[in-house]
Amino acid sequence: MKIDCNINVHHLTRVEGHGNIRITIEAGQLKQARWEVVETPRFFEAMLVGKKWDNAPWICGRICGICSIGHTLASIRAVENAFGIIPTVQTQKLRILLKHMETLQSHILHLYFLSAPDFLNAGSVFPLIESHPDVVIKAAGIKQLANDICDCVGGRRLHPTRTVVGGFTMLPDKKELSKFKGRLEKVVSDLLLTAKLFKTFKIPDFIRETEFVSLKANRNYPFIGGDLISTDGIHKKEHEYKQMTNEYIVEQSTSKWSRLSRKSFAVGALARINNNFEFLDTSAMEISLSFGLKPVNHNPYMNNIAQLVECVHVVKESLGLINELLDSEWEEPRQQVVPRSGTGVGAVEVPRGILYHCYDFDEAGHIIKSDCVIPTSQNHANIQHDLEELAGRYASEGIRDKDIELLAEMLVRSYDPCISCSVH
Amino acid sequence: MNDPTPVRTYLGVPLYRPRVAFFEFSSCEGCQLQILNNEATLLDFLSLVEVVNFREAMKERSDDYEIALVEGSITRGDETGRLKKIREKAKVLVALGSCACFGGVNQLKNRFGLDWVKKEVYGDSPIETEYVRPLEDIVKVDLKIFGCPVKKEEVENIIINIAIGKAIVHPKYPICTECKANENICLFDLGEPCLGPITRGGCNSWCPNSRFGCWGCRGPAEDTNIEQMKKIMKEHGFSEDTILDRLECFGGFSSYAQELRKK
Repeated sequence: MKIDCNINVHHLTRVEGHGNIRITIEAGQLKQARWEVVETPRFFEAMLVGKKWDNAPWICGRICGICSIGHTLASIRAVENAFGIIPTVQTQKLRILLKHMETLQSHILHLYFLSAPDFLNAGSVFPLIESHPDVVIKAAGIKQLANDICDCVGGRRLHPTRTVVGGFTMLPDKKELSKFKGRLEKVVSDLLLTAKLFKTFKIPDFIRETEFVSLKANRNYPFIGGDLISTDGIHKKEHEYKQMTNEYIVEQSTSKWSRLSRKSFAVGALARINNNFEFLDTSAMEISLSFGLKPVNHNPYMNNIAQLVECVHVVKESLGLINELLDSEWEEPRQQVVPRSGTGVGAVEVPRGILYHCYDFDEAGHIIKSDCVIPTSQNHANIQHDLEELAGRYASEGIRDKDIELLAEMLVRSYDPCISCSVH
Repeated sequence: MNDPTPVRTYLGVPLYRPRVAFFEFSSCEGCQLQILNNEATLLDFLSLVEVVNFREAMKERSDDYEIALVEGSITRGDETGRLKKIREKAKVLVALGSCACFGGVNQLKNRFGLDWVKKEVYGDSPIETEYVRPLEDIVKVDLKIFGCPVKKEEVENIIINIAIGKAIVHPKYPICTECKANENICLFDLGEPCLGPITRGGCNSWCPNSRFGCWGCRGPAEDTNIEQMKKIMKEHGFSEDTILDRLECFGGFSSYAQELRKK
């Protein structure tokens, strides 16, 4: 048994944003285990008040530097739902393709650059350039392809320029789009090698029963819009999102926290797989099963594997989408927008979990009130409860301070938190 | 950090690699990520400089650096102290992106009273925040890299120029010049508002190339004729609100926007 232990990680590294981990054990007793979020709030919900509808996606994309495409699309969906605009099939396909490529680049960034160094005993990806050059080059290649497709479809990989309410300002060049097919097919084999590498990693064996929240599949593994579900049997409509998030304010965090049926819940790749496993692409499902990942999996460290499974899924589905887009004639890229008063909600599965944007408009289309609920803010309470359980359990097993610290850091990193996003 | 690459040499002489540190304040951290997003040249770039501090990417940290690249705006007391410390240690302090240069979208909060802003988001719970300020309101800034987001090629070029001692000159002309050279259809002819005629060039008309009007994220070009801009916008049927939305979005035109808002 551990007698005394004092862990104090100020501004945890290899995560987006600023958070601290504090664990204190005295005379074998866990005194505290805290996940503190100290990020400065930027007050996006206040900034938007009085702004015209076309400002919302442009400003809200800036909530996050990793998932700006997801925020832009959630914002656009909220505006379109408020104004009664239904996107064309072409727009829907282009948006999903763009979304998939953001998911791919974000998951790869997390898996290789933020998460893998822990398993390979390195402080960052930089020393791995020398020790595991093939791994780093492969990762950079996948990420580059995903970003190149984002440039082609969205105009820009970060803070996209072509995505607007009503559709797109411009359509991708078909020749350019068709060139991506070969590269995407190569990514499938690269991902199989990634799976092989991750099989050599020792995923900590830590289970804590958790409620998982995500969009509900209709015909496909869901990414943009639809009903909301949890593994505890809750089922709500998109516009009832507040009944899923139940945000509240805590003293230890500048981000709000959420709860549903229990004291906390989780969102993200693992939540999506736990809720919609049977809708995964067959090869993605095979990889999932090869890691023993099937619903309902309660090990938060398995979110890494869930992200890898989703990488395969989005690449496979993107190949299909590109073929469908190439086989059809281009239609008008953009619908006319007629503002009206009312409320609109957009729910989108972004890399770190389900994201909601909600706006109230006046007749002229100015924002009266806005609300954004971020995936990581929904995860904070769950990270806190995991951390308490983990510290208590490993302390009683007499594990070294340094190892507890690493396991705690790895736990937080498994959620791939986007902290500045969660505080916004 | 362990040196990942062998020391570069030229004619057998080892080349000096400046120590670079990244820091972030209130921001989306997207400008830093732009560096990691430059997959094609990232490894070459890393062989030219020694990254000693990059919290988002590496566990090791060092206070021994020459170039500090600082992203984000200042919105809380503790940030002021951290920024001053960075200034003391850095030989060159670079403001990275619109938030650091002008306050960025964050400064849209400054349109309101702080009490209202806090209540709108946190209700009656206490939360600490100040009016948003760019870095140069607190410390001396040696160099600004404009844009939301910054253009990764521009960041790499500027850092390389610092490393090899080459002068860094920002374009004085507006984005309109680049847009014309790119043979784009003028956005005004497509019925879209655009700040291209008054915004500083250097992004190669990034947004207009996608038929998306400029929002002025790089701030004003030299000799900006704002009155003429307003006239053009009016002639094309855009309201004062639309002009104001664009002028105040990133903070680069804040003096003009404040004047317009007073009316």
